[in-house]
Amino acid sequence: MELLLAICIGLLYAAGIFLILQRSLVRLIIGLILLGNGANMLIFLLGRITKGKPPIIPEELDVLLDVYADPIPQALILTAIVISFGLQAFAIILVKRAYRVVNTDDLDQMNTHEN
Amino acid sequence: MMIPSNAIILPILIPLVAAVILLFFWYLPRVQRWIGVAGHAALLLFSAPLLYSVKDGSILTMQAGEWAAPYGITFVVDALSALMILLTSIVGLAVGLYSAISIESRRTSFGFFPLIQFLIMGLTGSFIAGDIFNLYVWFEVIIIASFALITLGGEKAQLAGAMKYVTLNLIASVIFLTAIAILYGILGSLNLADLAEKVVESQQRGLINTIAVLFLVAFGIKSALFPLYFWLPDSYHTPPAAVSAIFGGLLTKVGVYAFIRIFSLLFMSDPFIGNLLIILAVITMIIGAIGALNANNMRLIFSYLIISHIGFMLGGLGMFSKIALAGAVFYMTHDIIAKTNLFLISGLIHNVKGSYQIKKLGGLFNDYPLLSFVLAIAMFSVVGIPPLSGFWPKVLLLKGAVESENYFIVGGILLASFLTLWAMVRIWAEAFWKPQKALDKAINRFKQRSIKRRGLMLTSIVGLAILSISLGLGWSSMVDLCSIIADQLVDTQAYIDAVLKNES
Repeated sequence: MELLLAICIGLLYAAGIFLILQRSLVRLIIGLILLGNGANMLIFLLGRITKGKPPIIPEELDVLLDVYADPIPQALILTAIVISFGLQAFAIILVKRAYRVVNTDDLDQMNTHEN
Repeated sequence: MMIPSNAIILPILIPLVAAVILLFFWYLPRVQRWIGVAGHAALLLFSAPLLYSVKDGSILTMQAGEWAAPYGITFVVDALSALMILLTSIVGLAVGLYSAISIESRRTSFGFFPLIQFLIMGLTGSFIAGDIFNLYVWFEVIIIASFALITLGGEKAQLAGAMKYVTLNLIASVIFLTAIAILYGILGSLNLADLAEKVVESQQRGLINTIAVLFLVAFGIKSALFPLYFWLPDSYHTPPAAVSAIFGGLLTKVGVYAFIRIFSLLFMSDPFIGNLLIILAVITMIIGAIGALNANNMRLIFSYLIISHIGFMLGGLGMFSKIALAGAVFYMTHDIIAKTNLFLISGLIHNVKGSYQIKKLGGLFNDYPLLSFVLAIAMFSVVGIPPLSGFWPKVLLLKGAVESENYFIVGGILLASFLTLWAMVRIWAEAFWKPQKALDKAINRFKQRSIKRRGLMLTSIVGLAILSISLGLGWSSMVDLCSIIADQLVDTQAYIDAVLKNES
């Protein structure tokens, strides 16, 4: 499971970086989304994956004795997903708007340096 | 005066409440202006006593929901945080007053004032966050508010500039998140104080340095460090002057704050990181200053100067001695006030002459001698001519560099200061002294305003200029404060104890 996740994360990062190096705005946004998902899965993987062991103390005990799933990475990912969802929504609208106003999908044409 | 420790959350709550109230007045931009100013003033009224209560070196902490330190979310206010909050509120008030007069109604009708409050909330939040993921969340609050502010108005240049700003910030966020993930993976904690304890014991030096470099890239993009600064001169000169003032004053500095906070707690024990920071800082100083000499748009010049002066602060962090850190913090204080004022001034000049291009400008000194004098104070305080505020932090930085025999950075600071002076003299000669060409008589929008409005517009600029002079004249108390901050940064034990062993 760890190996499969690690390969997936590597693929997501690689694909994301490949896409943000393209000139097209749409590919740029897709690349950013892939990178964000890769980072979320990385948190999941590095939080030590444990299957079927909820961090709930049984009624007859005072502490957890067994290995248990760490709830923090899941809370982090949940937060990160919500945040990146908002940011990506904004970025997509911005791309659409920029395409309408600047009238190009090519980042090389967007030169604002001197004006 | 004692501040109860639960009250340290107020720097977040005040702008939040102000923003929510502002949202109720969505269709009444006129009312929004003054509610916004009141919100900024309320924050200033709270943050001054907050700094006063921690300036002796005490540290206030608050555990959200009474969850004990390494498990819950912690908020910490030490002298550095309190100073940054105070500076944020000062800049907020200055920009709030200025924008209440100068922003066109087509921008204010889409939530300009609530967005400024949300931006301030994100800034103050990141200054009191004691938890690295919490810091990430506040960074996201800042960037989403700044995304909206930079695009508000939707001009062609703004959108094209915003594209780069948004992309680079999103990439920085992903790298920041990646670094947090790996840090959590090997140390199993998110609380900064807890991490600072665990990182010393960690055997995986290679991985720790890798994480440090990831943080360096993430914060480097935020604070426009060489070679990650290219988005800044492409975007900061596109929005209205009030927006670029708050961006130029505060947004890159929050990256520097994150650098100082995270690196002093976690990574500075390794000389590799310090040396890397020094090299990058010196290149940043010089490249930024050369960029400023090459630009003709006034706001573009100031944007490059922001980059150049980021190098001074990060160089101070790289040396990591008490005196150099005190210099870096003092420089940051000076820079936040001076850079905000520069962008406000560029807006004022644009109001008077209708252009940002220094080749087209001219004759300002003839038309407004008294005003030009005030503007000169603000402009030359950036250079660091004594007794203005830029002088003393540079002395501290140079002293720190000479003491640690780091002559590379001494040369960098001196050269960058000289180039900054050159850039300022260029603006002064072109915009103020050169006679106005008869051809382009643009509409003087400044003159069209009523006396009262003109006065209010100048209040911010004159106020910040006075603050800059008083920082320069009252340097000794400022040096005392910065030394306390530097002590806390070098000796992190006080911070760790305050967070972890504080049972109440």
